[in-house]
Amino acid sequence: MESCGIAIGFSDVIRLGHGSGGKLTEQLVEKVFLPKIGNSILNELDDAASLKIGDANIAFSTDSYVVKPLFFPGGNIGSLAVHGTVNDLSMRLARPLYLSVSFIIEEGFRIGELSRIVESLSQAAKESQVDVAAADTKVVNRGAGDGVYINTTGIGIIETRHPPAVRKARPGDLIIISSDLGRHGIAILCAREGLELETDLLSDSASLSALALRLARLGPALHCMRDLTRGGLSSALNEIAHASKVGIEINDSQVPIHPAVRGACELLGLDPLYVACEGRFICIVEADRADEVVENLKLDPLGQESAIIGRVTEEHPGRVVSRTAIGGRRIVDKLSGDQLPRIC
Amino acid sequence: MKYVDEYRDLELAGNLANELRQLCSKRWTIMEVCGGQTHTILQYGIEDLLPETINLVHGPGCPVCVTPVALIDKAIAIALDPSVIFCSFGDMLRVPGSAIDLLEAKARGADVRIVYSPLDALNIAQRNNDKKIVFLAVGFETTAPANAMAIHQAKKLGISNFFVLSTQVTVPPVCAAILQAPNNQVEALIGPGHVCTITGLKEYKFLAEHYKIPIVVAGFEPLDILQAILACARQLESQRFDVINQYSRVVESEGNRFARNLLEEVFDLCDREWRGLGWIPKSGLKLSSDYRSFDAEREFASIATSECQESPECISGQILRGNKKPTDCAAFGITCTPGRPLGATMVSSEGTCANYYKFKRFDLGSANA
Repeated sequence: MESCGIAIGFSDVIRLGHGSGGKLTEQLVEKVFLPKIGNSILNELDDAASLKIGDANIAFSTDSYVVKPLFFPGGNIGSLAVHGTVNDLSMRLARPLYLSVSFIIEEGFRIGELSRIVESLSQAAKESQVDVAAADTKVVNRGAGDGVYINTTGIGIIETRHPPAVRKARPGDLIIISSDLGRHGIAILCAREGLELETDLLSDSASLSALALRLARLGPALHCMRDLTRGGLSSALNEIAHASKVGIEINDSQVPIHPAVRGACELLGLDPLYVACEGRFICIVEADRADEVVENLKLDPLGQESAIIGRVTEEHPGRVVSRTAIGGRRIVDKLSGDQLPRIC
Repeated sequence: MKYVDEYRDLELAGNLANELRQLCSKRWTIMEVCGGQTHTILQYGIEDLLPETINLVHGPGCPVCVTPVALIDKAIAIALDPSVIFCSFGDMLRVPGSAIDLLEAKARGADVRIVYSPLDALNIAQRNNDKKIVFLAVGFETTAPANAMAIHQAKKLGISNFFVLSTQVTVPPVCAAILQAPNNQVEALIGPGHVCTITGLKEYKFLAEHYKIPIVVAGFEPLDILQAILACARQLESQRFDVINQYSRVVESEGNRFARNLLEEVFDLCDREWRGLGWIPKSGLKLSSDYRSFDAEREFASIATSECQESPECISGQILRGNKKPTDCAAFGITCTPGRPLGATMVSSEGTCANYYKFKRFDLGSANA
């Protein structure tokens, strides 16, 4: 007899959690997408693919943007659509060159608002030194979309012979975060849910291109880079631990977190390690180069809170473990879906 | 961060652990009642600091976990009614019923919304006159006053499309049920700080006297828990059975009189089934006769309650009583995971098994284990 407690029938429809970058997303990718469209390039599951075309090494990436609300403190869907794709290219140490942009617009959407979105998309592209080389517009019936969705695809030139990759972490490496954690996720949550937390917190959405290219001179000593998006720091670390077959240990008290982000997380029962960013990355480097990397990142305004937050271990391969503020240990697991605020 | 970092201090935590190590002459079994405290213990790895003389067992204080499957099924059936907007706190949405959970109901077209306060649900009711708004009221005495306030407001404002499905429970009856069981091993209780903010300490003084057991009402930060363990151990070593208020920065001995009066007005005590523990007399809160028209059970009486059989493998009843730990269970992490929980304690982020699964599986090798 099927026991009452067993969850069944969860596989026949898409849930929001399938898009949250956690375990459900992973299942969808592994069970639905990779078996049909996987190949030696796609199967790497890096932020951007690395393609050899003629003599050139090209980084290639695509992303769709469905953020709600469309306008949030510190940006809007237009700037985000540039930053997200540029940052994916930057995680292969590529110099971003061109973007394609597709707009899917809902009938009835105000052209004035669309103009504001395009204006900030244009501004972000200029700052990231990329050109929009192809574009498309579609309009769907009222009610069939959420105002505007944007897809961007980007290409860039990989300028190093040693592009970092998600499977290259080695025991003994140190883990560095480019700056503080979670501003984007909390800014969006406050704007979306109308939470009046009396904070002027802005999203961290930004182009990481220039900051990432500062690390090019590390050559083969730079092993992994990952930008922190959905699923936050925890997803990025778990993906690296899994792909590189290594353990990861971080120190909770060394992870930089803005006081307003910490405060909001305390109130809502959220763990900042799982909150989304759109302008932060982690990199994993050979231990004797770590101090140099932090100093270098700190020279850039986007890297001012840069810090070493942990190390790669031989122990517990595939697992991310955190050393807590009081000296205990805990696992930092990948979430199965979105993080849900707790009752009490 | 002020008022937070002070309670997570590495050196002070070490000092408290050392004091415990020197104090204990034998092994003591201490239960933290509240799921929030269980979460802190696992999230901060507090057990890594404790001497072997302290055996922490984890109590029944996760209201999400102990909600019977039949009630979750009822909630889902109500949510799937096209005339309903179903409102809930976030962590109820992923609790599996016998077939699906509320998130799946949402994916299948139900209008399910996360709210941060029951008053948000009331606002939704005011803006959607053509819909029935049902709020799933889960929780202990801590969350009950806000639920009571929403119902009270609904009556005052004459709102007739707002309903509450109450699965609310109270803490002292379940403590008594655990302490009076013949095979009880619990020797001291860490009491639920936020619950006592509302109720005060009176009922806990009765429990301490009646069952000859020390109770330390505590907060939710790592140092709160460590201090409470130390205060329990000191009493056990000298065989004293008092109620100590460790959480005096929040809890007053009388509790919150206004909130208690509101609870008495809006709710009546009722017998309630606890998942994993069975029926416990006078352990639930249902809407009182004056507020009966807001009771979702009455409005949706035609939706039958399903008959549910718990998994024979699951030992959550033993875990909730403090007799066993998740690692004693053959199904733990294998056939029973947060995605497919077999029983109460794997269900929510405050459940003991879910906490062990999330924070304590160091040796299972792969992240996908």
